[in-house]
Amino acid sequence: MPENTAHPESPHIEFRDVVKRFGDNTVLNDLNFTVSKGERVTLIGPSGSGKTTILRLVMTLEELTGGYIHVGGEPLQYDEKGGKRLRVDDKQRRRTTTQIGMVFQHFNLFPNMSVLENIIEAPVHVMGLSKAEAVTKAEGLLEKVGMGEKRDFNPSQLSGGQQQRVAIARALAMDPEILLLDEVTSALDPELVGEVLGVLKDIAAETDISMLIVTHEMQFAKEVSDRVMMFDQGSIVEEGKPDLIFSEPENQRTRDFLRAVL
Amino acid sequence: MDGVIGFFEQLGPNLQILGERMPLIVEGIWVTAQATALGGLLALAISIVFGVAQVAKYSVVRIIARIFVEFFRGTSLVVQLFWLAFVLPQLPYPFGWQLAPLAIGVLALGLNYGAYGAEVVRGSIGSVPKGQYEAISALSLSPVRGMFRIIIPQAWALMIPSLSNLWIQLLKGSAIVSTVLLYDLYFRIEQVRDQTGTWFAFLFALLAYYLIAWVIVILMNALEVRAKHKIGRGPALSKSWGTLFRSPGSVITEGSLFRAPISGGGKA
Repeated sequence: MPENTAHPESPHIEFRDVVKRFGDNTVLNDLNFTVSKGERVTLIGPSGSGKTTILRLVMTLEELTGGYIHVGGEPLQYDEKGGKRLRVDDKQRRRTTTQIGMVFQHFNLFPNMSVLENIIEAPVHVMGLSKAEAVTKAEGLLEKVGMGEKRDFNPSQLSGGQQQRVAIARALAMDPEILLLDEVTSALDPELVGEVLGVLKDIAAETDISMLIVTHEMQFAKEVSDRVMMFDQGSIVEEGKPDLIFSEPENQRTRDFLRAVL
Repeated sequence: MDGVIGFFEQLGPNLQILGERMPLIVEGIWVTAQATALGGLLALAISIVFGVAQVAKYSVVRIIARIFVEFFRGTSLVVQLFWLAFVLPQLPYPFGWQLAPLAIGVLALGLNYGAYGAEVVRGSIGSVPKGQYEAISALSLSPVRGMFRIIIPQAWALMIPSLSNLWIQLLKGSAIVSTVLLYDLYFRIEQVRDQTGTWFAFLFALLAYYLIAWVIVILMNALEVRAKHKIGRGPALSKSWGTLFRSPGSVITEGSLFRAPISGGGKA
């Protein structure tokens, strides 16, 4: 496991006074939370509560409106210097996001590349692995997600569940220290959800990658999370260990939400 | 001897004249083919360079590309042709160049149709799903690498039908290069017209251009089938020779009202 060399004592992910607006619509309002190294945090809440936006901010797919996010102690999008809020340049941003992997709801595999090419593209061209090293690594990961037989297939020849397992292998090929899972089973047919969650549970058990998870699979959330955060209208209404949140939620909104989804 | 009746009365002798003139006509076809092929290649290169430049990160690049496209798209092909043929040589040293007629034709066709093509390329790049850009970003691939390895190969399949249309238009537009002393197909047919009459000569011209256009259609259809197969949409080229003889971009649109999807393309 690659060590987080920058500031080992600081939280792995830190949201400080984070504000995100889309036009006049405030999605996240003054949000503060941290994720420790190796921690698995699941975000639950009604749609439109800003869960996915949090993941997209960490991946720098969305621009922060206000506040700061630190990853491994390093400023991700904006830095505070001498009381001023300065934009972190794209190169520096990419350096930080190299340690972050993301799996998307709609897989987003590259259709012009085979399964294997999808996985080795970034290790070869971002991490600088030789092609042979990257292929060996990719084959190992494909084995792990149960897709070893399909390395030369085109993504369009695979089922949704298979595509998502390849996407997971692709994210892991970059040795991420943080993995963002954005509703990774929501686009799948019900019978394919299990194979993807199974793979993720194995990864959660075998590695100490920090994870931020947005999911509607409450059983999965219960099994893999160290902490569950309930969101509504852009703020945390309740957080705690999954056993507590799922069995004895304190907040009325959490209770209503869980009653609706369980 | 003109008119419909004249056309039929003179058909035999006219065909004979056409036969006698055939070596010159073939030369003309060759010139037209060269202008179309080279002009098309130049237009393709310009399309890609200026299409990509219009989505570049730096606004200076975007603005320059935009001005280029607007200029060559907005000014007449005939004027561009005459400018290259008659104004350019008069410019003071070292800008004054007397280009060969073929070079003038290729340059004018390439610049003019390249400006249209750049818009096609820009549009196709914009049509690649947003998730692809996000995956590039999530894997920390550089935007330039992502553009050339992932976005453009997908956009290529989308842009071929429109580029195919543009290329056919370029072929037909190439008829005006005869105005700058390039002895192309149209010029040779004009010569024949003196002896055979308008009806016969222009009917032959229509047919000749149509046949050349058909070659372009088949070639571009093959490219399209191949490009679509490469991004997992549709069968391999080796399995779909029959689809080459169709109008540009008319197949493999699933859910189309008028044409069933080709078997083997996409899953249910």
